[in-house]
Amino acid sequence: MKIGIDVGGTNTDAVLMDGRTVVAWTKSPTTSDVTSGIISALKTIIADANLDVAQVDGVMIGTTHFTNAVVERKHLQPTACIRLGLPATVCLPPMVDWPDDLREEIGGHYYLAHGGHEFDGREISPFNEEEIRQIAQQIKDQGITAIAISSVFSPVNTIFETQTADIVREVIPDANITLSSEIGRIGLLERENAAIMNSCLRELAGRTVNGFKNALAEMNITAPFFISQNDGTLMNADFAAEYPVLTFASGPTNSMRGAAFLSGLKDAIVVDVGGTTTDVGVLQNGFPRVAALAVDIGGVRTNFRMPDTYSIGLGGGSLVERDPIKVGPRSVGYEITEKALVFGGDILTATDILVATGKADVGDAAKVASVGKDFASQVEAEIMDMTTIAVDRMKTSATPVPVVVVGGGSILIQKDIPGSSELIKPSHFSVANAIGAAIAQVGGECDRIFSLAEMSRDEALDQAKKEASDRAIAAGATPESIEIVDVEEVPLAYLPGNATRIMVKAVGDLKGS
Amino acid sequence: MRIIDENTLEDLALGAAVLGTGGGGDPYIGKLMARQAIRDYGPVEMYTLDELADDDLIVPTAMMGAPTVMLEKMPNGDDIINAFESVGKYIGKPIKATMSIEAGGLNSVVPIYVAARKRIPLVDCDGMGRAFPEIQMVTHTLFGISATPMAMSDERGNTVLMETINNNWTETFARSITVNMGAMAMIALYAATVGQLKQAAIPGTMSYAMDIGKVIQKARVQEDDPVNTVREAVGGYLVFKGKIGDVQRRTEGGFAKGDAFIDGIDAYSGQKLQLSFQNEHLAVRIDGEYRVTVPDLIALLDVDTGEPITTESMRYGFRVAVIAFPSNEKWRTPEGIALVGPRYFGYDVDFVPVEERFG
Repeated sequence: MKIGIDVGGTNTDAVLMDGRTVVAWTKSPTTSDVTSGIISALKTIIADANLDVAQVDGVMIGTTHFTNAVVERKHLQPTACIRLGLPATVCLPPMVDWPDDLREEIGGHYYLAHGGHEFDGREISPFNEEEIRQIAQQIKDQGITAIAISSVFSPVNTIFETQTADIVREVIPDANITLSSEIGRIGLLERENAAIMNSCLRELAGRTVNGFKNALAEMNITAPFFISQNDGTLMNADFAAEYPVLTFASGPTNSMRGAAFLSGLKDAIVVDVGGTTTDVGVLQNGFPRVAALAVDIGGVRTNFRMPDTYSIGLGGGSLVERDPIKVGPRSVGYEITEKALVFGGDILTATDILVATGKADVGDAAKVASVGKDFASQVEAEIMDMTTIAVDRMKTSATPVPVVVVGGGSILIQKDIPGSSELIKPSHFSVANAIGAAIAQVGGECDRIFSLAEMSRDEALDQAKKEASDRAIAAGATPESIEIVDVEEVPLAYLPGNATRIMVKAVGDLKGS
Repeated sequence: MRIIDENTLEDLALGAAVLGTGGGGDPYIGKLMARQAIRDYGPVEMYTLDELADDDLIVPTAMMGAPTVMLEKMPNGDDIINAFESVGKYIGKPIKATMSIEAGGLNSVVPIYVAARKRIPLVDCDGMGRAFPEIQMVTHTLFGISATPMAMSDERGNTVLMETINNNWTETFARSITVNMGAMAMIALYAATVGQLKQAAIPGTMSYAMDIGKVIQKARVQEDDPVNTVREAVGGYLVFKGKIGDVQRRTEGGFAKGDAFIDGIDAYSGQKLQLSFQNEHLAVRIDGEYRVTVPDLIALLDVDTGEPITTESMRYGFRVAVIAFPSNEKWRTPEGIALVGPRYFGYDVDFVPVEERFG
């Protein structure tokens, strides 16, 4: 049996799963220390299922804790960045595009050194060991132990980043080092930003992962535990303590993966209706389609492979205006159980409308008798229009596709959406994200530029697939379960010699699952 | 004279994205460079051609190469200064100011970096009034101004200076040198006097881009109809509103080419628009008939926000407005049409000015 936990900003959800069956589930408030909220959720599902904890094979945790730390500028440690690429890149030093308050929070320390590669693997300038040693000494003298290392085109060749790390460790034995090539893709500033954010979160990550460990120990759960990443795959606890930045945006991913699991569909549109917003995403081959554009986190540009979602200001708590008819974007949010008409409040919300049409049954229907059926139908039509446009925007072709509706505000969607082949509202839709965490696999990626003048396209693709598979196996996947789930080729404009960027993603089942 | 500070730089970059007509490169890196230089060296003064003396020498500066590489191997900063100074040294006369050769996209903002660092003015003009993919595609070519002496510099300190017999040869050599420099080079070219530029350049394009950007920013705050706001700001026409139904892409000769097919909505319901692109948006056909072509400008805007959509980010389901606006009259001469008209890009049709079809 597996336990999936989703630690959100407001709620901590937990599910107990036996194979494909949800045995127990709960929603409880997230606590400021995170740990006690998890313990209370665990206690509930263990009691509900009358569970012998020895039967638990694994615990999967999804958390927004590290994203929130960056957004709130809390618990961040002073960090130094070493960038290799001189004489290139001088005009845009590390953290140049950060908000001032965040840069100041972590000290804004950076060092430029020689090294780096061209797109085709040539060196920009030779690696200089003595230079790195001096930089490491300066960092040590300032008492900084969190260090991010970036190098130009390190996704093509990682050697300079690893050599730098070796030297820094000689000088600063207790250094916490993040290499940009381990967590990011092509786009130096964005990849380096991710590495720096990772470094400044390492201390918090260590503490938090320990907190998770203690929570499980307190419940006598000895099974291994994993943390979910933004691409919908898992990392083990020790890895997560080293790469907290990989948890960014794992929430929407888990909810979409949960929707895939609950509906049994691999290709579908997922509509996640919350209290304030509705996020529409696309499942391709069981995984969320990722965004092509840069993603902003706490004011910092990154190029993580985030799920490509389209958000509209529509949720269960959305305010409804009469003349002209308008739904959202303002919302009563989590206060819906006090403020909506059906719950005895005095604010007309989207939830009240669906109760007034007679299609949903929550709260006290008598309290919306005065709303008027005609008006309620008109508002419901507006809600359907908003959802239809959002769904259509995310579709990849005009062919009708199934639509899966999840999230706490799912009651808003009561009719088939035009352009969909069917509407599915799976059971346990309100804890889809915890389920997504519970069922996650492990994965590996390859993203670099290949010159097709030197090898055939098939050879390049094979090599990229092998690199991605090897990384998935290193992350804990069993070799026989490895599957290639995503292949993307982008020919590079302006370059002769058929330079092509190839991105491959492989996933597999965890050992022992 | 106008001042370019951090705020007007934002306006300029946003307006330049509209003039980029879907291409021209992401202004992000260029904008960061210019912003940093303004912070370090102070705001830049921008002069019109009329505010300068006819014999003042102007040398444009730009980045050339693969946009993907620019995102990874950013410039040193001294490299573009080297290119700029090398041309001046070769000519042997003092340079008064720099300018943008391409008002659309990345190269609208790169010269601001040079102007700030050298503490020289920027001239309010360019050589395209939009974005085009090749070096010879500037109005300077129409008036016999040579791209050379052209300097190309890399971050190592290498500078290649070239003299060629015409601007097509410049493009050929420059492209291979760019690859040797790591698929990206900092360039200075098309040196000319203000007197020459009064004839050959497109005046006022920087302030035009700034005004467009400012209007879009204002529309965002005031919740006006953003598409109409952009249309009015550029003095253009609404050509179509629709939903992208399909995008077909291919790579030919190192260029990203393709077609987007857009199904009409609202007043355009039942009609089908085909938008052809090669780095930039080049031609619009509605129900099979050519309606707008280069050199006139075609911009694809998000219906809700008025944000320009690049050729790379076009995707099924986007609700878009197509607006078109007149190119500078220099592009509409027989010589201009021969250089950048529909037939040069492989569309077998005569150029018809956009205002004759939609005015």
